[in-house]
Amino acid sequence: MSSNNDSISKTLIVVISLCLICAVIVSTAAVQLRPQQIANKLLDSQKNVLAVVGLLSGSNINELYNTHISERFVDLDSGELVEKPKDYDYRKAMKDPAKSERLAAEDDMASIKSRANIAPVYFAYDKGIESGELSAIVLPIHGYGLWSTMHAFLALGADGTTIKGLNYYEQGETAGLGGEVQNPKWAAQFDGKKLLDASGKPAIKVVKPGNASADSAFEVDGLSGATLTSKGVQYTFDFWAGAKGFAPFLAKVRDGALNNG
Amino acid sequence: MANAKEIKTVLFGPVFANNPIALQVLGICSALAVTTKMDKALVMCIALTLVTAFSNFFISLIRNHIPSSVRIIVQMTIIASLVIVVDQLLKAFAYDVAKELSVFVGLIITNCIVMGRAEAYAMKSPPVISFLDGIGNGLGYSVVLMALAFIRELGGSGTVFGFEILPLVKDGGWYQPMGLLLMPPSAFIIIAGFIWILRTFRTEQVEKA
Repeated sequence: MSSNNDSISKTLIVVISLCLICAVIVSTAAVQLRPQQIANKLLDSQKNVLAVVGLLSGSNINELYNTHISERFVDLDSGELVEKPKDYDYRKAMKDPAKSERLAAEDDMASIKSRANIAPVYFAYDKGIESGELSAIVLPIHGYGLWSTMHAFLALGADGTTIKGLNYYEQGETAGLGGEVQNPKWAAQFDGKKLLDASGKPAIKVVKPGNASADSAFEVDGLSGATLTSKGVQYTFDFWAGAKGFAPFLAKVRDGALNNG
Repeated sequence: MANAKEIKTVLFGPVFANNPIALQVLGICSALAVTTKMDKALVMCIALTLVTAFSNFFISLIRNHIPSSVRIIVQMTIIASLVIVVDQLLKAFAYDVAKELSVFVGLIITNCIVMGRAEAYAMKSPPVISFLDGIGNGLGYSVVLMALAFIRELGGSGTVFGFEILPLVKDGGWYQPMGLLLMPPSAFIIIAGFIWILRTFRTEQVEKA
């Protein structure tokens, strides 16, 4: 090593040119790969929506999605369907004070702190969108478990209350215990249960494992060894089926608002 | 240019004789985090091997121009850039795995193996042999990681690369999975086991008390 390496000018030249070169490489990679990454994200979300309504088959997810699923947007306060807001990103909107509502402690059972004003919902058509025959409505729900915010899609029948599927697609609970929230076998017991009771109140009860009675329309078994995760699921359902969640929208669904377009 | 024997030592020495995890006890952090599933571990191994090899290569290339007062920062800049590029590539071409590995790819930046090789080897050796040294150390890391992941995935979830080997009780089989293996502490125990076995056969690795 030559001794003039440590002169101030050499140090500055090396450091600055290195930073420039690295910056160019990193930003080129980021910019070049961005479209591919966005496409991946979209595809992943489409896959999860298709999975929850049981339409996921074959590999052409994009085509399946475009024939069967129509993405709509709901104003959560009024329950009305609205136009898609420009450049809407649900995950970002949840945290953006201009596009979300801070939840008071007593409303915030799912511990999510704030809730977006407008949420996406997905209308699923088994026979294709053209048939106009709505088979399921997919709602995005999320809530805090033991360690992490758990994100799921919940599919309801066209009546707006019978559960047709539940798919927890993102969570960071304890592997093997709370992580089983992702297990399709566990989620399958929600199928056919009723999200709301006759008066439109949230009714799903996550009970102690093994105690759910088979003929109850509302009870499901919790996860064994994961009491707090199971509670998180309970609170998530309570919140999203409640007045601050999708209840106004679901009330409109039950009144047949969707039949008029 | 190095001769064939030297290349062999550099490339395969780190696998058993001078394993970065088992002997130097470097890079333990990621070994705990990503070894619950074999496919995750495999992607991590490939990513780490590539980063170590290329960071060694580039650092060695400019080693005669790096001012010693800022050498660690220079090394970090190169390593960090490479890691970001790898992370971007994974997100673009292996999205599912990238999602599961999430922060751990980024944490390759602070992986002691990469830094250790850059500082200890690449700063003193020519580029090609440094590159091979990176590959060799990546291999050493990979061997331990894959063995660890095999034990943890088989014992903890009854699968190997996601294929069911031991049918689980909850799916109607007979195997009651060992939950501990899915938790990070189990990796400590297994790595310690590896080191024990390795040092039983290679007594020269045992430190003098």
